[in-house]
Amino acid sequence: MSVSVEPTTVEAAEAVVEEPAEALRPHAEDAFAGELAALAAQDDRPRPARWKLSPWAVATYLLGGTLPDGTVITPKYVGPRRIVEVAVTTLATDRALLLLGVPGTAKTWVSEHLAAAVSGDSTLLVQGTAGTPEEAIRYGWNYAQLLAHGPSRDALVPSPVMRAMAEGMTARVEELTRIPADVQDTLITILSEKTLPIPELGQEVQAVRGFNLIATANDRDRGVNDLSSALRRRFNTVVLPLPESADAEVDIVSRRVDQIGRSLDLPSVPDGVDEIRRVVTVFRELRDGVTADGRTKLKSPSGTLSTAEAISVVTNGLALAAHFGDGVLRAGDVAAGILGAVVRDPAADRVIWQEYLETVVRERDGWTDFYRACREVSA
Amino acid sequence: MTGVEGGAGRVAGGGPLLLGVRHHGPGSARAVRAALEAARPRIVLIEGPPEADSLIPLAAEEDMRPPVALLAHAVDEPGRSAFWPLAEFSPEWVAIRWALRHEVPARFIDLPATHTLAWGRDGRDEPVGEETDGTPDAGSGGADGHASAPLSPSAPSPAPPPASEADVRVDPLAVLADAAGYDDPERWWEDVVEHRGTGERDAFAPFVVLEEAMGALREVYGTGGHERDLVREAYMRLQVRAAQREFGDAVAVVCGAWHVPALREKTTVAADRALVKGLPKVKADMTWVPWTNRRLARVSGYGAGIDSPGWYGHLFSAPDRPVERWMTKVAGLLRDEDRIVSSAHVIEAVRLAETLAVMRGRPLPGLGETTDAVRAVMCEGSDVPLALVHDRLVVGDVLGEVPQAAPAVPLQRDLDRIQRRLRLRPEALERELELDLRKETDAGRSTLLHRLRLLGVAWGEAVASWGSTGTFRETWRLRWEPELSVRIAEAGVWGTTVLGAATAKAEADAVSAQGLAEVTALAERCLLAELPDALPVVMRVLADRAALDADVGHLAQALPALVRSLRYGDVRGTDTGALAEVAAGLAERIFVGLPPACVGLDADAAEEMRRHVDAVQGAVALLAEAPPAGDPAADRPDPDLRGRWHSVLRLLSVRDTVSGILRGRAVRLLLDEGELAQDEAARLMGLVLSPGTPPAEGAAWIEGFVGGGSGGGMLLVHDERLLGLVDAWLTGVPAEAFTDVLPLLRRTFSAYEPGVRRTLGELVRRGPGERASATAAGSAPPGFAPDLDMERADAVVPVVRLLLGLDGGSRGHVENTDDDTDDDRDDKNLAGVA
Repeated sequence: MSVSVEPTTVEAAEAVVEEPAEALRPHAEDAFAGELAALAAQDDRPRPARWKLSPWAVATYLLGGTLPDGTVITPKYVGPRRIVEVAVTTLATDRALLLLGVPGTAKTWVSEHLAAAVSGDSTLLVQGTAGTPEEAIRYGWNYAQLLAHGPSRDALVPSPVMRAMAEGMTARVEELTRIPADVQDTLITILSEKTLPIPELGQEVQAVRGFNLIATANDRDRGVNDLSSALRRRFNTVVLPLPESADAEVDIVSRRVDQIGRSLDLPSVPDGVDEIRRVVTVFRELRDGVTADGRTKLKSPSGTLSTAEAISVVTNGLALAAHFGDGVLRAGDVAAGILGAVVRDPAADRVIWQEYLETVVRERDGWTDFYRACREVSA
Repeated sequence: MTGVEGGAGRVAGGGPLLLGVRHHGPGSARAVRAALEAARPRIVLIEGPPEADSLIPLAAEEDMRPPVALLAHAVDEPGRSAFWPLAEFSPEWVAIRWALRHEVPARFIDLPATHTLAWGRDGRDEPVGEETDGTPDAGSGGADGHASAPLSPSAPSPAPPPASEADVRVDPLAVLADAAGYDDPERWWEDVVEHRGTGERDAFAPFVVLEEAMGALREVYGTGGHERDLVREAYMRLQVRAAQREFGDAVAVVCGAWHVPALREKTTVAADRALVKGLPKVKADMTWVPWTNRRLARVSGYGAGIDSPGWYGHLFSAPDRPVERWMTKVAGLLRDEDRIVSSAHVIEAVRLAETLAVMRGRPLPGLGETTDAVRAVMCEGSDVPLALVHDRLVVGDVLGEVPQAAPAVPLQRDLDRIQRRLRLRPEALERELELDLRKETDAGRSTLLHRLRLLGVAWGEAVASWGSTGTFRETWRLRWEPELSVRIAEAGVWGTTVLGAATAKAEADAVSAQGLAEVTALAERCLLAELPDALPVVMRVLADRAALDADVGHLAQALPALVRSLRYGDVRGTDTGALAEVAAGLAERIFVGLPPACVGLDADAAEEMRRHVDAVQGAVALLAEAPPAGDPAADRPDPDLRGRWHSVLRLLSVRDTVSGILRGRAVRLLLDEGELAQDEAARLMGLVLSPGTPPAEGAAWIEGFVGGGSGGGMLLVHDERLLGLVDAWLTGVPAEAFTDVLPLLRRTFSAYEPGVRRTLGELVRRGPGERASATAAGSAPPGFAPDLDMERADAVVPVVRLLLGLDGGSRGHVENTDDDTDDDRDDKNLAGVA
């Protein structure tokens, strides 16, 4: 499964980039142009209007596979097949798709590749923030034109969504729940009536077939603008899960830690895998509310404890070990980081953490040093 | 005979109409109904135990509602039993109902249960109870159960094969599905058979195709590891021949598809007779019992079951547009649970499911597609409402019913036998029964009564009197009401023996219990009813509940009951290792959670928390003691438990934000345990009673320290320093504050024994000045002195040691004083002696 540190932009760092292009990070449709072309060439199944590939080919593009002529399609998303199938089918049925998940579950990554495979263009993107204005979703005005020539289509600055409607493409909205509620609501008419009125001109832009919208949202953060039920029901929702197995997660963490360490010029620290495995185990156990052997239930703390956070705990520990320790990643180096990640709410989470320490960690074989280190920083 | 002609084309050379089915397959059921309508046979033969022939007419009764099961049990040994469950959509059920409606005889033709039950006895010594039901199929995946085992072959598991044999068994569906390129046999079967409406096509076509496929399989695999099938098939062939002699070729046979090639085979009568000769026998009896969808579902451990009885029932009963109707049902359920689901949601869900089916190359949306669609459209991607849909609709809450006329259940027989053995006759007259648990018969009676109570059969009611007479004595008030027989019939759904049924019921109760205390109480009852097999489940549920319960109060309430159970377990010689482990874990969680929970409480909450602290103190003292000899060392509670409890108390005693009553109590407990020096206790008391602390707080502290019938009065009598502190504080309380603290103080001191109160009063009247010289003057009240009279105290020690069986050490003293103050003193000493 692809997981990245930041929810929005860095995910592509996970990508297996075929040919390094000029840009620091090429778009999906450029980076995987070869695969997309091969798929399109051999795709003989029916395609919905203005789709570059058939739904089956889109699913293959995301999940990977080998084409009849031997072209190998690399997997873009490693995870349950069901999720990709539902996502692609949703787009094919003309419904908007909402990708939900905690930070670091490759929501943006999936949405970008879906758009690239379906429309061949992943750049029709609205970045959602608390300051996203209505213009970003509908249209704005070129004020020089407006003043000089009065309202006309020439003076209109279309939003990515408007362009997607006009051209029958896939638009993307990132971090939908960060957009203020009144701005979110502009999407309702677009998604249900498939039209965008321009009252100033007495005109409208009608979506042509092939238009669709993929939104991503973080379902864990507090204080976000929850979607109104009117908007919500215009979306089919797919929740992207956290990595399924501990091994997969350890792998993701080690790989990312290695990459980050190199880019930050941290001194290399050997043999951190055991400690990484321990961090991942702690995170997974607390997140899932059950121990790895599935025998003891646990309370879950309020924090997200995503893979991304595990990565930052380990990176921190590495820095500590390299600069202040003996160069080997030890329990003490990660203990403080774990405490910080787990105990977000000083009252409730601390109890949960201590309970975990006393009932699970203390009795686990080979975890004595970790238990001591944690006791030290928790005290 | 036109019907038979219509079907003649299906089989070259005529012969009986063989309808191979998958048990519990709605598609099969529909196909069977269509085939019977088309063929109009004069007799219907069904794979199932022939002893049940006489029960078939009951299926036509008004109050017979599937799911039901045919239950066969050995008459002398009700625990040896087998079930043949039938749902509304079971092909066998459809065949029975069709025969009854058209007044055509229906017969069961499988090997009689009298033999299949006896097979179990040969294989193993232990009775094959309901718990092991269906294991032969479980070993090879449920699909086998559908295709070949269903209504009887191995489903009634009287004879679970050894595991190794199960491994080599062939799952015919899996082989066929694999050949078709499916990884999931269930899905393949659904696509190929269940989701194809019979429509206008030839009603017999599906059976011909399936027979060919099974024939090819059996050519390759033979019996596929189901050796006993040969015998069963030989018996079935004999029965079919007999029917043919009677009715000609107008005979229809409904059996597992796996058996069809074997029934078609031409063998000699003599060879078949030889196969079924000399089989072991056991006297068997049959009846109908109600069944539930949940037990049809594989999750409940019934091997030949199906994942989704509710979904299958829907497929069977929906006249058309099954997906649309299903989505509407789901929407209805979600609306009832206050989720907003509009018709637009239903429309979109249907569209998504259908497109998904196309995407996955399936003819119709199956359960997988509809579930994905429901999740994405109606549940906003969440699995929580989806779990509800699964529970209520996919599995379903359907409970079957059987008519009153159905023969008695084996549970009643088992109860009769136990009652005879224990010489405990059911009498309508109320009477009291004293039981001495040290006697075997009495212990058996007590166990029986406890088990029946668990099953909701309130024959006996425990009377409280035994509480004071020790743990080996119980008093029951017995009264047999006629409706208890009905209760027993109802409890028959849980099992065929009192033990088995009570175990199953206890497990089910544990899983559905609401609160932690409920589970703890259940654990206690399991011990009393001697249900060791139910304990692991109850303990697991208990551990899970405890882990998730954030309220320390709940945990603290649960702990004493657990510890009490431990003690009963000791008396009855039950293995309580698991219990001790859970109790220790519970204590650990309390230690962690207690300090934060004691902060910022009002007076009432603090008082309640004080009771919890006391309860934990008592429980920890018992837990920390080594369990009776014979327990493996690994099961012993952590010897350090007491130490950690003390550090929790120490934390409580010095934390200012903890309310006074709790701080006082913590100090007192530490003092009693010898963990706190008297000087230190006095210092802490002085701190609290100094002018800086509000008087109400000080009074609360005193209440915690010496109140609540904990022998605090004696402490004050003996330690004049403490008494002096209280005295000085009390006289220093300002007049306006005095009225505030007065009720609290009155409550504290009025609980003392009159003698203690008087002595205290005398000591105070004498005043602090005189007290120092009291000893010298000899004016102290008899038996009391300002300081301990070590000589007189020592004289008692040997007797106390003898009573407690201690070899000495100062620990004995401390504990002893503590125990004397404890309410459970009697029980504890008895436990120590026992």
